[in-house]
Amino acid sequence: MRVAYFALRLITALSMWAGAASGFEIEDRQIYNAASESSVLRIISTADRAVFEPIIFAFQQANPGISVDYTITGTTDLMKAIYEENAAFDLAISSAMDLQTKLANDGFARSYLPTNAASLPDWAIWRDQLFAFTQEPAVMVVSDTYFSQGAAPQTRDALIALLRANPEKFRGRIGTYDVRRSGFGYLMATQDSRTSETFWRLMEVMGRLDAQLYCCSGEMIADVASGKLALAYNVLGSYAASELATTDGFQIVELTDFVNVMLRTVLIPSNATNVDDAQAMVDFLTALRTRPDLVAASGLPPVDATALQDNPALRPIRFGPGLLVFLDQLKESKFLRSWENSIVQETP
Amino acid sequence: MRQPTSIRKRLFYQLAAVAAVLSLAFVLVVRGVASQAAEGTQDDILAASATAIADSLSSEQGEVTLELPYSALSMLGTINEDRVFYRVTVNNETLTGYADLPVTNAPTRLDTPAFSTEIYRGDEVRLTSILRRVSNSATGSKVVVTVAQTRSGLAAITQRITVTATGVGLLFFLLATTLSLLAATSALRPLSRMTGAVTRRGPSDLRPVTEDTPAELAPLVGALNSFMARLRSSLTRTEDLITEAAHRVRTPLATVRTQAEVTHRKLNKPEHKQAIRDMIRAIDESSRSAGQILDHAMVTFRADSLALDPLDLAALITETCDRLAPTADLKDIALLRKLPDGPVPFKGDGIMLQAALHNILDNAIKYSPEDSDITVRIEVNSALHLSITDQGRGFGDMDFESLTTRYARGANVGDVVGSGLGLTIADEVARAHGGRLELSHNKEGQGACVSLILPYV
Ligand SMILES: Nc1ncnc2c1ncn2[C@@H]1O[C@H](COP(=O)(O)OP(=O)(O)OP(=O)(O)O)[C@@H](O)[C@H]1O
Ligand SMILES: [Mg+2]
Repeated sequence: MRVAYFALRLITALSMWAGAASGFEIEDRQIYNAASESSVLRIISTADRAVFEPIIFAFQQANPGISVDYTITGTTDLMKAIYEENAAFDLAISSAMDLQTKLANDGFARSYLPTNAASLPDWAIWRDQLFAFTQEPAVMVVSDTYFSQGAAPQTRDALIALLRANPEKFRGRIGTYDVRRSGFGYLMATQDSRTSETFWRLMEVMGRLDAQLYCCSGEMIADVASGKLALAYNVLGSYAASELATTDGFQIVELTDFVNVMLRTVLIPSNATNVDDAQAMVDFLTALRTRPDLVAASGLPPVDATALQDNPALRPIRFGPGLLVFLDQLKESKFLRSWENSIVQETP
Repeated sequence: MRQPTSIRKRLFYQLAAVAAVLSLAFVLVVRGVASQAAEGTQDDILAASATAIADSLSSEQGEVTLELPYSALSMLGTINEDRVFYRVTVNNETLTGYADLPVTNAPTRLDTPAFSTEIYRGDEVRLTSILRRVSNSATGSKVVVTVAQTRSGLAAITQRITVTATGVGLLFFLLATTLSLLAATSALRPLSRMTGAVTRRGPSDLRPVTEDTPAELAPLVGALNSFMARLRSSLTRTEDLITEAAHRVRTPLATVRTQAEVTHRKLNKPEHKQAIRDMIRAIDESSRSAGQILDHAMVTFRADSLALDPLDLAALITETCDRLAPTADLKDIALLRKLPDGPVPFKGDGIMLQAALHNILDNAIKYSPEDSDITVRIEVNSALHLSITDQGRGFGDMDFESLTTRYARGANVGDVVGSGLGLTIADEVARAHGGRLELSHNKEGQGACVSLILPYV
């Protein structure tokens, strides 16, 4: 995510890693030194610095003496780092629930019961190894240029009808994730396909309208805000919300038929060496709800069962072995083939 | 010495042991059944999952392919959070899933799940494999679908059930032991009731036991009752014998003595008179001996079951003095009584006390010269002191201890007739009443002083 933004940093990060043979790609690395360092907490994460920095600072304030070595990478690279390369990290934070689930299922996570476990909903912890600390809905963002306030379709069926009725207006102006490149996109697409048949009809329609494929939410939001896109489907809601604070020109639509809610998770790798600090960070993250200042600063919506009860359309993705299904090689290739057949219709 | 065995304890321990065995059996059975049920459930879900996967096998352009159903794996996550692994092989080549998942118990029959338990990735896993044939070619392919799940959820269930079962078993055991304690106590209640009834009896109460007796104790009580009946009749016979013997011996001796005295008067030759006098003396001694021996036997007999009748000692003394007055009068001896005014109450055996008093007074009269005084005194302080003082020859320097032994007579007796049992009788009576006999010298001059010291009960 935000590759260009961090290009410069990448160079410094890579130079620091020089000599260390690591096959996974690092987007950025930053070390937050404690005033008087007593230990180092090594985090591998998919969350941008801008999002996570406030949390790190607050954590260091609460736990002085812990330096944080923060490495940013993509979801697949994070998986690769831990699953295949046994990279040394004390904490892995990712938005890819399925990959995190696979890590825990296949024995790469260490068990721990957070001190505030009792106040967390059941679905926020799996196997005492995977801890959800945010709930982030997949939303649709629409451009003000195309939709006046409140005029955007509220269901997938309405969206399909609208697109079918106005093919010329929306041709080339619809964006969604390229699920072949984005772990989050893939997770949302597979969950959509599981939930409703409308997903395939929607992909079909979007494909016919020459849908633009993106790697990241940020770029999609930017293009919608600028009017280049009329709408983008399955955008990470938390990014859209924090973007909306600084950018005009788009609206966020939570569809009313169903909204998949992704849970951002943290796990302690089984080869972690600084387990104490890692556990302290898990406690800190799962208590995010008690820190409105950090919620505002990071833009990460904390796990909150009541928010889900208020809106029945919100469907948190459940942890469990079911998430392994779409990671199956055969299943994945079949899904991608179907997806390509639907959305990438005129392959050059 | 060996501790006496308690029926109650034995009964209790045996019942408790039975309860312990039953509790243990309960815990083991519940645990076994529960863990079997839990294992069965896991096996069923695994088989359902494997079947669901096998059902989505198909062939595409001659190749076996699989559309892994979401529910096939998600159903395994519904009851616990165990780790799940799967593997699909086509003709022993891995098609998809965890290629290193071991399949030791390969199924040989179609659609019959084979189960096994292995260690995989550091955990114990339960594996289910199902064999299918997919007709992708002329021969068809042999496809094995294996689904595995770790067993920590199972272990947790078994653990929970074990804890509950152990708790229930322990509770059952405690309850059962408490009840067996009560049962043992209540079963033995008739026994303790009878024990109480028997121990509450007086020393001479030999009536048969008539309390309700349980059937098991009836023979014992019957035997006890018949034993007591025999004892009672034997004691009655002894008592009868003593009184009868006294009478039967004394009466003929008295007759012989009278005859001898008559004869003595008729005879003139001094040697013949002497012979008859010797004979009379011998008769006196025999008669005396027989009387004392029987009195002694009576005292011994009564001491075994001492009666504690309320009586007035002053009246008792008066009666005894009156009986001995004629003998004293013969020697012009005055019997002086220094008694408190009114009755002197005491609890004891009147017949025995009279025998003791009689013997002491008899001695005083016997061993005193004519025309002297004998004083009977009662002093009451913490105990009762009954002393008889005479002005006779006294004990001299004789050993008091030996005088109270049976048939012991002093060196000072001269020609006074006696059998040496008088003081023995008095001593035994004092002892039977918890007191003692004290011999001393008359403090106001010549003579002896004999005291009965009797504590109040
Ligand atoms: N009052 C007394 N004065 C002097 N000596 C006594 C007196 N009472 C007892 N004795 C001595 O104690 C001895 C034991 O007395 P005890 O009454 O036992 O026998 P006993 O008088 O000789 O015979 P019996 O059995 O016929 O009374 C006597 O033989 C006598 O020597
Ligand atoms: Mg005598």
